[in-house]
Amino acid sequence: MAQTATRSKPATRSTAKSRRGGAVRGSGGGRFTGESPELLQDYFHEMTLIRRFEERAAQGYTQAKIGGYCHLNLGEEATVVGLMRALRKTDLLYTNYREHGYAIAKGIEPGRVMAELYGRTTGTSKGWGGSMHMFDVEAGLLGGYGIVGGQIPLATGAALAIDYRGGDQVVMCQMGDGTTNIGAFHESLNIAALWNLPVVYVVINNQLGMGTTVEKSSAEPELFKRASAYKMHGERVDGNDVLAVREAATRLVEQARNGGGPALLECVSERLKGHSVVDPAKYRSEESVEKAKEADPIANFRAQLIEAGVMDEDVAVEIERKAQADADAAVAFADESPHPDPSTLFDYTYATPVANDSRRLPADPVF
Amino acid sequence: MAVITYRQALHDTLREEMLRDEDVLLIGEEIGIFEGSYKITAGLLKEFGEKRVRDTPIAEEGFVGAAIGAAMLGLRPVVELMTINFSLIALDQIVNHAAKIYGMFGGQTPVPMVLRTPGGGGQQLGATHSQNIELYYAFVPGLKVVAPSTPADAKALLLASIRDNDPVLFLENLALYNTKGEVPDVVEPAEIGKAKVTREGTDITLIGYSRMALVAHQVAEKLHAEEGINAEVIDLRSLRPLDRQTIVDSVRKTGCAVVAEDDWLTYGIGAEIAASISDGAFDYLDAPVRRVAAAEVPLPYAKPLERAALPSAESLTTAIHQTLDAVGRRR
Repeated sequence: MAQTATRSKPATRSTAKSRRGGAVRGSGGGRFTGESPELLQDYFHEMTLIRRFEERAAQGYTQAKIGGYCHLNLGEEATVVGLMRALRKTDLLYTNYREHGYAIAKGIEPGRVMAELYGRTTGTSKGWGGSMHMFDVEAGLLGGYGIVGGQIPLATGAALAIDYRGGDQVVMCQMGDGTTNIGAFHESLNIAALWNLPVVYVVINNQLGMGTTVEKSSAEPELFKRASAYKMHGERVDGNDVLAVREAATRLVEQARNGGGPALLECVSERLKGHSVVDPAKYRSEESVEKAKEADPIANFRAQLIEAGVMDEDVAVEIERKAQADADAAVAFADESPHPDPSTLFDYTYATPVANDSRRLPADPVF
Repeated sequence: MAVITYRQALHDTLREEMLRDEDVLLIGEEIGIFEGSYKITAGLLKEFGEKRVRDTPIAEEGFVGAAIGAAMLGLRPVVELMTINFSLIALDQIVNHAAKIYGMFGGQTPVPMVLRTPGGGGQQLGATHSQNIELYYAFVPGLKVVAPSTPADAKALLLASIRDNDPVLFLENLALYNTKGEVPDVVEPAEIGKAKVTREGTDITLIGYSRMALVAHQVAEKLHAEEGINAEVIDLRSLRPLDRQTIVDSVRKTGCAVVAEDDWLTYGIGAEIAASISDGAFDYLDAPVRRVAAAEVPLPYAKPLERAALPSAESLTTAIHQTLDAVGRRR
């Protein structure tokens, strides 16, 4: 029997400061003043887990265990974790195709995320979706979508349904910088503003839409400014700073929750690798790659936490070891999970069965 | 039993379903204050308010997608697309999302919504406003496509579509809105995917949907009265799923068939029906299956040109005569 891979808690070994309990205070805490050491270590663990998970995904892809496209969150972990920590479990998330980290940070077990990449029945979409189409209603992930911007009208409609029923959930709609030039982006922001819907649109501006820079594709490359065309609050934040992302997102999410309407948040980030696993990113200058490496949110966060005395080197290593073990367990779970049986091929075309629905395999005669 | 228009049947059904189920809401351009381009939604804004009758900006991709997202959370939006021509702007949302969401997430979230949209030519509206492009949607697994031809069927199929848990493209035809027919006092939802034999006969099978199902029926009655020809008429009612069995059973009985369709010939709905007859009734055929379809041109504005391009009772009658002559069955 396959074992369910579970997400372990971060290392419990604590520093002198964290042993005191409560928030990090005083000298050395610096920008972490008011934050609990446990929570900061938890962020570090989750970002590292996503990094290790993505490295294992890349490996699985080169081993042909994973097919199709595979877009990784490498370099965007601070944004992913910061955004997800602004949401309640009951809040809903729509994402694009670069979503593995979001699925994990929204609360789906990494084993189920990897199993979807492996196309197994235990995956988030039972093997029907793959890398780009993860879904879990319990976790509030209402899908990753493979068509650029396809998720934006859907997220707007989900917010309409919440508003219709008087619920207190908020919808977050994630997208990349290249998405902000399609019609659905503008149509959706306009509708959300007209109807005052509880939705926060988040643009992950990694400054590259595949190989095209944001300056070459957007006449106004400061994308948050587009919000003003819809009388909507727009804001830009450093996507490499998990706390800054969390703070900004929390503010906008709570504003939407309290009837303050939709908002647009731009998280400026860097992509460590290509658009997808198979993209060697030859279009990038050495300078751009070097800049991305320097901006690595995990390495920097690690150094800052140690510098501030939130954790020491031993704790950091222990957290990293746990993250690696969690990623490895996810791979083992996926590997041991069953492939879907071809007899289930026609199970999900229609939710309400209909007369004369075609259930024909390629060589089957029509009569 | 009351005699009402196709338009009235649609209006009544929307109203009754909104009264029955709080989750049913209407979304579309000009459906509220303007009361609908074709007045199907007249009075509903006044009765149900802005929450349930939502006028949208001219942004088909945005509001069709929003309806899909609302349906993912369990609402039952009924979208009015002013004409099927504008549905092309929302094609990504309909084909890539409405149709796929249930399947690509492994059956986790149904998308219970209806896209009502009129199509068809004959109103001198020119090339971009006179199309029968239902094929684009009938091609896609995950969508259901229905095309009622009578007020009673409009009601039965709209009831079924609203209560169905899948996205249903509900085809109307501008030429049908003012047609009248009997509608029973109590209408049960139709079974989506089932065709209806509207006239039994032995000499030839006529197959149509929407406007052409009506025309086929009228032609059959006339030929019977004037020439003693006894045609069987099938109204498809549903283009996806397609009820091949009813078609094939009929052709096995009559030995020949004419398909009447408002769309273009090449790759059209009739092509699929002709292929189905070949698959299921080849040995019974006494003549090739004939297709009466629109001329393959962008539909012109000028009346004589438009009239020449569209299938009619006359062109259908000609095709029936030719087919019966070929099998020596014309009296």
